[in-house]
Amino acid sequence: MSAKQTNRKPGEVETTGHSWDGIEELNNPLPKWWLYIFYITIVFAIGYTILYPAWPMMTRATAGIWGYSSRAALEADMQRFNEQQQPMREKLMATPLDQVQNDPELLQFAKDAGAAVFRTNCAQCHGSGAGGVQAGGFPNLLDNDWLWGGTLDDIVYTVTHGIRNADDADARYSQMPAFGKDGLLTPEQIGAVVQYVMSLTNAATDPGLVEEGKQVFVENCAACHGEDGKGDRAQGAPNLTDAIWLYGGDQATLTNTVVNARFGVMPSWSLRGMSESDIRAVAVYVHGLGGGE
Amino acid sequence: MTKGRNMWDYVKLVVLGLVAILAAVAANYAHDLPYLVNMLVVMIAAMITFIWVLRRTDEVRLVDVSANYNDGVVRAGVIATAFWGVVGFLVGVVIAFQLAFPQLNFVWAEGILNFGRLRPLHTSAVIFAFGGNALIMSAFYIVQRTCATRLWGGNLGWFVFWGWQLMIVLAATSYVLGGTQGKEYAETVWYIDLWIVVVWVAFLAVFMGTLMTRKEPHIYVANWFLLSMIITVAMLHVVNNMAIPVSIFSSKSVSLFSGVQDAMTQWWYGHNAVGFFLTAGFLGMMYYFVPKQAERPVYSYKLSIIHFWALIFLYIWAGPHHLHYTALPDWAQTLGMVFSVMLWMPSWGGMINGLMTLSGAWDKLRTDPVIRMMVVSVGFYGMSTFEGPMMSIKSVNSLSHYTDWTIGHVHSGALGWNGMITFGALYFLTPRLWNRERLYSLSLVSWHFWLATIGIVLYASSMWVAGIMQGLMWREVDANGFLVNAFADTVAAMHPMYVVRALGGTLFLLGALIMCYNLWKTVTSVSEKSVAPAAVPAE
Repeated sequence: MSAKQTNRKPGEVETTGHSWDGIEELNNPLPKWWLYIFYITIVFAIGYTILYPAWPMMTRATAGIWGYSSRAALEADMQRFNEQQQPMREKLMATPLDQVQNDPELLQFAKDAGAAVFRTNCAQCHGSGAGGVQAGGFPNLLDNDWLWGGTLDDIVYTVTHGIRNADDADARYSQMPAFGKDGLLTPEQIGAVVQYVMSLTNAATDPGLVEEGKQVFVENCAACHGEDGKGDRAQGAPNLTDAIWLYGGDQATLTNTVVNARFGVMPSWSLRGMSESDIRAVAVYVHGLGGGE
Repeated sequence: MTKGRNMWDYVKLVVLGLVAILAAVAANYAHDLPYLVNMLVVMIAAMITFIWVLRRTDEVRLVDVSANYNDGVVRAGVIATAFWGVVGFLVGVVIAFQLAFPQLNFVWAEGILNFGRLRPLHTSAVIFAFGGNALIMSAFYIVQRTCATRLWGGNLGWFVFWGWQLMIVLAATSYVLGGTQGKEYAETVWYIDLWIVVVWVAFLAVFMGTLMTRKEPHIYVANWFLLSMIITVAMLHVVNNMAIPVSIFSSKSVSLFSGVQDAMTQWWYGHNAVGFFLTAGFLGMMYYFVPKQAERPVYSYKLSIIHFWALIFLYIWAGPHHLHYTALPDWAQTLGMVFSVMLWMPSWGGMINGLMTLSGAWDKLRTDPVIRMMVVSVGFYGMSTFEGPMMSIKSVNSLSHYTDWTIGHVHSGALGWNGMITFGALYFLTPRLWNRERLYSLSLVSWHFWLATIGIVLYASSMWVAGIMQGLMWREVDANGFLVNAFADTVAAMHPMYVVRALGGTLFLLGALIMCYNLWKTVTSVSEKSVAPAAVPAE
């Protein structure tokens, strides 16, 4: 034990008499407020475990005298909202979609419900503002350019079955050939047809190639995109004349598209468990964003 | 004696040579990149140690050191603590900026330096590299001083030190290459887990051995906390990491637990990593360094006994509060919550004892920035040990869970409590261990203090705002019960707070760099203490 050189001040409580490397300990009692709050938390804990499920027994835990269960609480919440929404959902199912706009209350409900569905399920690809993400080829839903049709029924079908997914036999389907990768066109022909496509929106960078490109287009592309390049919604072939681009309209991106083709996929939301009324609601919401037909 | 030591050196050489060869063979058969790189690291480490032992074999060792404290290993620990601290803080700052500006997840570094790979590197670096080294080196220092005896086990203390550094390098190289168990704060793969057990048991042996050979009649309170940390962490680590490797040449393994049992085991471990590693262990540091620096007796012996036993009894049950509103049965959630609430006062016992020890020495706050650091540390400890029980209450947790509030809470504890008390300990130890008259510059300590404190305040408050806002936005529904916000909306709304958080972290890192400079200059530029050091065990 080291020499008795105490740091204790005159008038302070006694130390315990121990000293380690010069550290001593005063013999102060437990602070009263500390002790009482500690007791209160213990009493609270005991009370809480009597009210709520707590102590594990031989076969099951004590249920607590309030009979609380988090699953039941969640179910009650869900049921409350479901019951509250039930009349409007039934009305939405019974009303032809083109009539919804005639009922302001129903229209508001459908738009609110559709917005929530959209934020939960669609925003990941189309953006929370529905503006799309060109880098990923996720279409903008705010404009009036539609790949597979912009009527309420078209949108309902697209959401219900999705596009080019492997799960739903009724999914919308088409496949652009990979003209470069599969050797259907020579690099020169691709360079020319890209110039022609750019010329449709007055953006050709090498006007000398446009005439040759038009020839290539008529022979290879017109079957789907149309003689005039305005596309074909029956097979999801985009309109190439409106300066709205799914993946981008610059030379490099268009060359990439022609060489490798594109294969944008959307899930089948009916197979993912989205209810029919939710699908109708999200269709009304997307239709009302500005481009609905 | 000499002959025995030579024999022992030959045994070491044989073992090290075998390890190097086996590691090379294992690297050759490796199924995955993290395993390959880890085995090469083991091989290199074994070879370096082999050469080092070889050069010392048959050397005559003249100095009989058995009468002195073993301070060499503590000095090494001080350097390692400061070094890994800076590394850990730096990675933290990088990932904070990556969250604020996702473009910083560079495409060329994808799969190595993106957020997902760096995040476990950051958490492990600060908890186990910085915090672990701080605990090991201060445990070695404190147990020698308060037992008035040399560290038990000869060079075993050095084995613990270097073994721990090897573990850190293995873990770091494995994380950035994708080697992980996917368990938070227990990401290290199976063979690193086994190595941790070996090193940790050696740590326990050194610590227990020193306690058992002590020359003081009683065991000081700091050692209770440190010992409880060592024992409990060993138990937690072993149970949570029970797994079967898919191959002896692969880093992959399959946990023995599945589903909610796995989650419960993980958070039993995870919460007590906080409770015993970052709370009990650091309380051990606090109980030594605060009274020493303040030169005052500990406030209350009774309080230290009661809050010690209450703390270690209650903490071990609090883990389920990490799994509120999940598949975990309600009864376990209830118990996790009430045990957390009861933890409030036992945690605060340490704060009271720390702060009240200063009563009668409050004037030192004006003149001694090291004491100021320790006081702020104890203050942050008190704040986060109030916040923790509060967040464990289910209705609070339903708002806070999965939000950045948790991140703010963790960092007010980690930066404020663990960081500041460690800085205080480093400032306390460096002049003593290198036998210098004083620290190089007290005003640089003040700079460190203010940069770190402001950094923590920016960090914690921005995360409170971000987290509470995020929680409120997630649960916001309109009159019909429809969600109002998309997840991406909450991310966009938090952006300014993410920037503030990254700046707070930068200030904290800057303070740590100033500390390193100050400690370096203390060792290299301050004159030696004239009087002979009291580095002899008192009789």
